[in-house]
Amino acid sequence: MLKEAEIRTFIEGATRYFEVSAQQGASVGSPYLVTDGNPGAYDYTGVIGISGARKGIVYFSAPRGMLTVLLMRMQETDTSDENIKDLVGEVANTISGNARKDFGRNFILSVPTIVGHDMEKVTAPYAKSYVIPINWRTHSAKLVVCLE
Amino acid sequence: MNVPSRSQTPLKLMIVDDSNIIRRRIERSQQIDRLEVVGSASNGRQAVELFHRTRPDVVTMDLTMPEMDGIECVQELVAINSKVLILVVSALADKATAVEAIEKGANGFLCKPFTDRQLNDALQELLLDA
Repeated sequence: MLKEAEIRTFIEGATRYFEVSAQQGASVGSPYLVTDGNPGAYDYTGVIGISGARKGIVYFSAPRGMLTVLLMRMQETDTSDENIKDLVGEVANTISGNARKDFGRNFILSVPTIVGHDMEKVTAPYAKSYVIPINWRTHSAKLVVCLE
Repeated sequence: MNVPSRSQTPLKLMIVDDSNIIRRRIERSQQIDRLEVVGSASNGRQAVELFHRTRPDVVTMDLTMPEMDGIECVQELVAINSKVLILVVSALADKATAVEAIEKGANGFLCKPFTDRQLNDALQELLLDA
């Protein structure tokens, strides 16, 4: 289970990512707990495996439209599937990596695994996950934190 | 190899990151006249090979990468050329990781996400040692 302060760490990481990388802030909805092991996903998902002091996954999932606009905000003109996957992995990696400021160095991150076009393949290792809704421009995405 | 000192002599830059987007972003955003990008690599092993071939003076280095991670790569590059200037550019925001990178031979640390200005300030500061 996550403590409130730990959830706040991920909220701050997500907010900072959009403020800095897209120069346009995102609003974060109220985090909620999913208990059926199926927190859901959008078109593309970047999954970071967590090991060390904590175990589980953190993933960022977003629709293609959002990722395409985010790429363009980053002056990236190549909006190919390959670059979209690269971006969703980088967002997941950045938010998870930033969390080490509070979780410490034993919060060990894997390189991102990317799931595209196959939302059913995105599964949580445990029944309980926290979902942090992220709204940016007209798009909705989610950050999912599923830790033992 | 000697790094040119206190002059405007061009310096060779190698960019190491497993994200193509970040590699291109650094190449596009860096505005330091002295720096000329000579190559980029997507993991530590590629970076070591490229380092041998291109002999860069300055390296930006991601940490979380497949094949060989950034900390190990920093050690390898410094073993090849102790004068190389390495700016670690990573999302890993804990102090212990930054300290370890510096202890292994990196010269600076920039946390992702970063603005263009933060990148250029970090590179400028790095080059004060050149």
